[in-house]
Formats: sequence, C-alpha cells, structure tokens
Amino acid sequence: MLNKIYDWVDERLDITPIWRDIADHEVPEHVNPAHHFSAFIYCFGGLTFFVTVIQILSGMFLTMYYTPDIENAWRSVYYLQNEVAFGEIVRGMHHWGASLVIVMMFLHTLRVFFTGSYKKPRELNWMVGVLIFIVMLGLGFTGYLLPWDMKALFATKVGIEIAASVPFIGEWIKILLAGDATILGAQTLTRFFAIHVFFLPAALLGLLAAHFIMIRRQGISGPL
Amino acid sequence: MHRGKGMKFVGDSRIRSYEKNRIPKDYSEYPGKTEAFWPNFLLKEWIIGAIFLVGYLILTVAHPSPLERQADPTDTGYIPLPDWYFLQMYQLLKYEFASGPYNIVGAIIIPGLAIGALLLMPFLDTSKERRPFKRPLPTAFMLLTLFAMIYLTWESVVNHDWDAAKAQGEIVEEAEFDTSDPGYEIYMGQSCVTCHGENFEGTPAGVPLTGTGHTPEEVADIAVNGIVKDGQQVMPADAFEGSEEELQQLAEFLSTVTQQ
Repeated sequence: MLNKIYDWVDERLDITPIWRDIADHEVPEHVNPAHHFSAFIYCFGGLTFFVTVIQILSGMFLTMYYTPDIENAWRSVYYLQNEVAFGEIVRGMHHWGASLVIVMMFLHTLRVFFTGSYKKPRELNWMVGVLIFIVMLGLGFTGYLLPWDMKALFATKVGIEIAASVPFIGEWIKILLAGDATILGAQTLTRFFAIHVFFLPAALLGLLAAHFIMIRRQGISGPL
Repeated sequence: MHRGKGMKFVGDSRIRSYEKNRIPKDYSEYPGKTEAFWPNFLLKEWIIGAIFLVGYLILTVAHPSPLERQADPTDTGYIPLPDWYFLQMYQLLKYEFASGPYNIVGAIIIPGLAIGALLLMPFLDTSKERRPFKRPLPTAFMLLTLFAMIYLTWESVVNHDWDAAKAQGEIVEEAEFDTSDPGYEIYMGQSCVTCHGENFEGTPAGVPLTGTGHTPEEVADIAVNGIVKDGQQVMPADAFEGSEEELQQLAEFLSTVTQQ
C-alpha cells in the first residue's frame, strides 16, 4: 500500500532523487562513533539541530498560554508554571534548551574550527553557520525579556543601552528594538515577542536550510 | 563551470541536462567501513539523541526554570544580570579600558572584532593545512579567545552576590488576613505597621512578616524583646506598647500571617 502511494507520487513528481539526497547516502567511517569513539565530536551539529527542533515545538506550546502584554505576560508565565498540567516541564525544556542549544552550537563550532573543515570549498557554509550563531544569540536575548520578571526587564535595559552605544546608528537600533526613545515597556515587549517568534525563527529556518543543502552538496569533510 | 551559455536543458524545461548520471555512487564504491545513513546510521544516532534527551529531561525536572517577581521599572536598586552566555561581555564592560569613555571598546570593538574574525575565518586562514597543530596561528588565537571567554565568565560569576540576587528577585506572596480581627487594629495602631507595611509585605526598614513561621508565643516575645542577631539589635526592643491582653491578640493574629 505504502509502496503504491510512493510510486503514484514518484510517477508524477520524480521524488526518488530528493529522497536520495535527504536520506540515501553514505556515512564515512571517520565520522561514525561506532567505528572510532572519538568521532562523537561529529554529533554536536546534529544534537544542536535536535535541541532546535525541541525549542520550536516547546515554543509553539508556550504560545498557547503566553500573552505578550505587560499586565499579563508575567501572570501568564506564572500560571503556566504553577497551574497548567506539565506547564513546568514545557517551560523548563524551553528554558534549558535555550542554554543547551548555545552549548552544543559552540561545541559544533569548535569541532569545525579545529578540524579545519571551514576551508575550501566550505567557506560559504561556515559563514552561514556563523550567521546561525548570531541569530541564536538574538533568540536568547529576545526570549530573556518575555517572562517580564525583574531580571528580564533590567537585563534588557542593559542590552538595549549597549545596542544604543553603536556609533551613528545606535539610537535607531534602540528605537527599533524598544519602540520608544526612552521607555522600555509595552512596545518593547510586543516587539521582542514578534522578533523572537516570527522574525528570527524565519531567518533561522532559511539559514538552516542553506546550511543543510550545502552539507548535502559538498558532503562531510574528509578525515584529517 | 557552466555559466549561462554552456548550459543545456532537457527539452523545453529549465531542468539542466547533465552529462553524468547524478545519482550517488553505489556504497560498494566507497573505501573504508562506510555505512548507509538510512536507516542504519540514523538508528545509532537515535541512541545518542535518546541519551542526550534523558539528561536534558533530568535537568528540566531537577531544576524548574526560574521566575522572579513581576517587572517593576520603578525599582532602581535592582542589580541586573544577563543570561550566562552574555556574562563574559557583562564582565568585560566592567573594566576601565572598556567602560565609561571607552565603553565603545568593550561594547562594540572587541565583540565586533571577534564575530568579524569568526565570520571571515576561511579568508583569514587560507592555507590548505587542516590539522590544528600545523596551523599554529589560528589555533593559538582560538585558544586565547576561549581562555578569555572562560576567564571573563568565571570572574563575573565569583564577583556576583548570588544571595542578594536571589533575594532581590523573589516573588513576595500577598498575605491573606482578616481586617476585622482585633489584632489587625492593634497592628495598625502600633509602630509595627510603619516598618512591616500595611499588607505585611515589609519595607526597607522591616522584613516581610509572611512565611516566617513564627508561633504566637514567638511573635509576642519578638514584639516585646525585639530580635538580636549576631550581637546586633536588628529589631528594637519594647516596640510594643499596650496591655498583656492586646499583646496576646496581636500575637495570635500575626501568627496567621507568619504561618502563610
């Protein structure tokens, strides 16, 4: 039955090459921890993606309760944390996942650096990777404000002051992020919410797609 | 490299015509102990993913994610702290050469150089050599940066007053109490209210009374004798002025708050 459906689609769309690109390829010996235990360092990138998927899923569930408004943001998080069934687990996964994704991404970056895998022909993929790193830091920074508790507000205040100290365009960045030249309040929260939930994830998905397509195109770098 | 003119298309489509078949080579043509990604290798990867997930879930369950009290922009005494991966930058901005008039050094120039160098790494390190020891300069710079990041984070952690940070953000629950209780009237009439607040929430001069766990006897004792801690009178003695009966009513009323 499944084969028949596959054949029906394949006849029309020729999906076999796509399937081969995604799944049907060789994993070389030097990246396979089953052959060389030290090859576990090649798992960091995959684990980063794994945590990213968990972040997206847990974030989708968090938005079912979260309200991006200064009156209710903190209350909605408090309610989610203390009243909602498994709310503590979902928020906990999102909270700790945010740290884990930074850790795994950092380790992945170090692996690629120390194996010299960013060299020709993989320069573009390395640069896309660094952009992913920046987007992830942006996600961490904007997500920190959303619970609207004391540490969130005051850390964001400091962060926006740092952004404002950029020469020439600092003031513009500040107003773009905070929504106002002096007040850090309701506008800031909605903007950070929009950036955290729509703008940066869109950028992230695009960059991840580019990252993975390039890996499939170029294959994994050879053994040292 | 085909660009524009040299390209041949299949029929009238935009699909390129390739001289060679683009389907990957058969596995048997690869040297070494290669393995099929699907499903063999992916199943092994699941094992690593599952072990990772177990650790992740244990962390989540063992340490509920923190939530401080609701943001209050008027509380200017609050000492801010960023998430841990920004601590290095937070620490950098404390040094004299990177703060005040030189703020731009710590806020923009140093992080900008680091990110810029990372982004342009393939064009800064153009040698063909891949082994870290055969390209000493990039390796040394990366190790130096790593050391600086770890050192700055460490310095920031040991110089932060974690107890004060915990106390300043704590959620203070609002006490439930019976305003018709005679003890409440005594509380409002005595000096207690000036330091401990109308809702027992505390003020800079006196701690919150909720959740201290004191029994009526202890409350009565404190109201008369005050509190001495480490040889210092942290609450004055003889704060209570009134009859023995009033003291009893106050103590019993306040114990309903302190037990919350």
